[in-house]
Amino acid sequence: MAGAAEVRRRIYVWEFPVRLSHWVNVLAITVLSVTGLYIGTPFLYPVSDTAFTMGWMRFLHLTAGYLFLMMVALRVYWSFAGNKYSNWRVFVPRSKSQVRDLKEVTNYYLFKRSTPPYDEGHTACAAFAYFLLFLIFLFQIFSGFALFNNNSHTAVHFILGGWLARLINIKTIRFWHHMLMYPIWAFVIVHIYLSLLMDSSGKNGLLGSIFGGYKFMAGRG
Amino acid sequence: MGEGKDLRDSSPTVYQALRQRGVSRRDFMKFCSLMAATLALPASFAPKIAEALEKAKRPSLVWLEFQDCCGNTESFLRASNPTVVDIVLDVLSVDYHETIMAPAGKDAEKSLQDVVKNQKGKYICVVEGAIPTRDGGVYCCVGGRAAIDIAKEVCGNSLATIAMGACAWDGGIPSANPNPTGAVGVKDVISGVPIINLPGCPANVVNLTGTVVHYLTFGSLPLTDNNGAPLFGYGTRIHDACQRRAHYDAGRYVRQWGDEGHRNGWCLYYMGCKGPETYKNCPTALWNDRTSWPVGAGHNCIGCASPKFWDTMTPFYSRLASIPGFGVESTADKVGLGLAIATAAGVTAHAIARAGRKHIRHEDEEKTAKTEDK
Ligand code: HEM
Ligand code: HEM
Ligand code: SF4
Ligand code: SF4
Repeated sequence: MAGAAEVRRRIYVWEFPVRLSHWVNVLAITVLSVTGLYIGTPFLYPVSDTAFTMGWMRFLHLTAGYLFLMMVALRVYWSFAGNKYSNWRVFVPRSKSQVRDLKEVTNYYLFKRSTPPYDEGHTACAAFAYFLLFLIFLFQIFSGFALFNNNSHTAVHFILGGWLARLINIKTIRFWHHMLMYPIWAFVIVHIYLSLLMDSSGKNGLLGSIFGGYKFMAGRG
Repeated sequence: MGEGKDLRDSSPTVYQALRQRGVSRRDFMKFCSLMAATLALPASFAPKIAEALEKAKRPSLVWLEFQDCCGNTESFLRASNPTVVDIVLDVLSVDYHETIMAPAGKDAEKSLQDVVKNQKGKYICVVEGAIPTRDGGVYCCVGGRAAIDIAKEVCGNSLATIAMGACAWDGGIPSANPNPTGAVGVKDVISGVPIINLPGCPANVVNLTGTVVHYLTFGSLPLTDNNGAPLFGYGTRIHDACQRRAHYDAGRYVRQWGDEGHRNGWCLYYMGCKGPETYKNCPTALWNDRTSWPVGAGHNCIGCASPKFWDTMTPFYSRLASIPGFGVESTADKVGLGLAIATAAGVTAHAIARAGRKHIRHEDEEKTAKTEDK
């Protein structure tokens, strides 16, 4: 490795819509998880005669749900409109180089390799995890609006999820809507850990990239 | 339905029949107001209904019981105020009903055959109970005939068939998983005649009478939803008409039967109430002579008017289903939190393992660096 004075390339990797959807989703998922848990098991006890606790929880869950829907839609749109790092093609490992990258990153995580491979965008491994995560996101949106279909029977809500309530009974939908929250949590735990790990071992400004958009790749790349 | 009105020319009109039974004009008008309210019509419609019933002949009605518990019949007869029973029985001229008719055996079957033959296409058929289809339908036979054959003949020749209760609607409890007899609802085996479904376990007799009164007054069957259930009875969600709703929004829940919240009439959501996903007019039509209804009496709604309710609304006393194969105690939350904790533990183990290896690797790298220098 070159010394501390190496030349680094500054690459604009994560465009604004990617960063926006990332951080709004972090906020939305936090709110959705807390309010969702309350909706499932109302763990707060009323404090005053004028309390509106469940009312607010549902309002927040719904508002965060709409925000989440818009951000996921934005990110899906950006996977067609955005730069090559955010393109939909990166999310499923199909090409030879993606499969190789997937193996190499896995090897790194399993200590079979001492340094991580050098990716400008997502590693193939991360990208695939995001792909699976997005499938869960889609399910949460459709199932969430399917549950909401009991409150509103408009055409919009039918398209957003009411149709699911025609195919699967509400009990099953609610069960999976609740259950799939936990894989999201598990993802977040691994995700934060690996972000820190790759940031420190990759030395490419990974952590900063999701805030500012730039990565700093070593000169040789 | 012009023809329906002269169903039985020699018979008295609804109103005449009521007067003969000693029902006062006042009770009759009360009944008409109740029907207007049930049909979600303005009170001004009560006189119109009265007028229609004064002229209308009573339609013949046969009541078939298949795989059932007789609960709809019980509900039908259980009005404590005798005039209500009289009115209902007089609006509907019940010509065949195994449980309440005087004749039995061959005589009973003959009355049924008479109606089917003489009133073909003019009588109303009410079905209570599911119809088994497996093994040629042998799991329910009446008078030596399979339910499915009786249904095809009697429903098939009716003016309209009313599926009374969950079982007749979509198979209900007999069709619950694993449905050993292949039980189905009327709509699954009968076609070609109008079918009105009255889901619920049991269906409310008010909705049965309402359907018939609607027919006698307007000459048409009531509008239905996508379950084929009349909108007047099944168009509103329990939760939206529930008197405990303010407690729901506030977050005041019964946490245990008999606790302070229960005594104060708080919301039963936490106890597993299915009101938020059930559509029926229980909170407004009420039960037992309009005295009360299940949630009003302190028990959660179990969603009996929902499709396949025995499979889809259980567990009745918990909001979230438990995970199959994990036992009752393993709630979704326990398994989910287990996953999250295991992940955190895995990540920590990885971090520790890595810290250990980093040490070794540095030595490796130093060696490699040395060789490369050479
Ligand atoms: C990351 C995404 C989400 C998570 C983690 C989440 C979590 C949850 C949880 C845990 C519940 C409680 C379920 C129960 O036990 O009864 C819930 C309920 C609900 N969620 Fe979500 N949710 C998400 C997204 C959404 C979205 C996008 C919508 C759409 C507006 C939505 C609408 C609802 C509704 C309407 C309920 C109430 C269900 C009921 O009344 O039974 N959720 N959510
Ligand atoms: C609810 C929590 C979170 C979720 C669901 C989540 C999800 C995601 C997703 C889907 C991506 C891919 C971005 C894209 O292509 O659109 C991503 C990237 C990223 N996230 Fe998060 N994230 C969460 C929290 C965090 C936190 C707290 C951090 C900071 C430690 C973080 C750091 C990053 C970084 C550095 C990247 C870029 C990684 C790369 O280049 O592959 N995330 N995250
Ligand atoms: S008791 Fe049931 S129907 Fe009534 S407000 Fe509570 S959850 Fe809704
Ligand atoms: S309150 Fe619910 S469970 Fe009870 S009769 Fe009405 S719909 Fe059925």
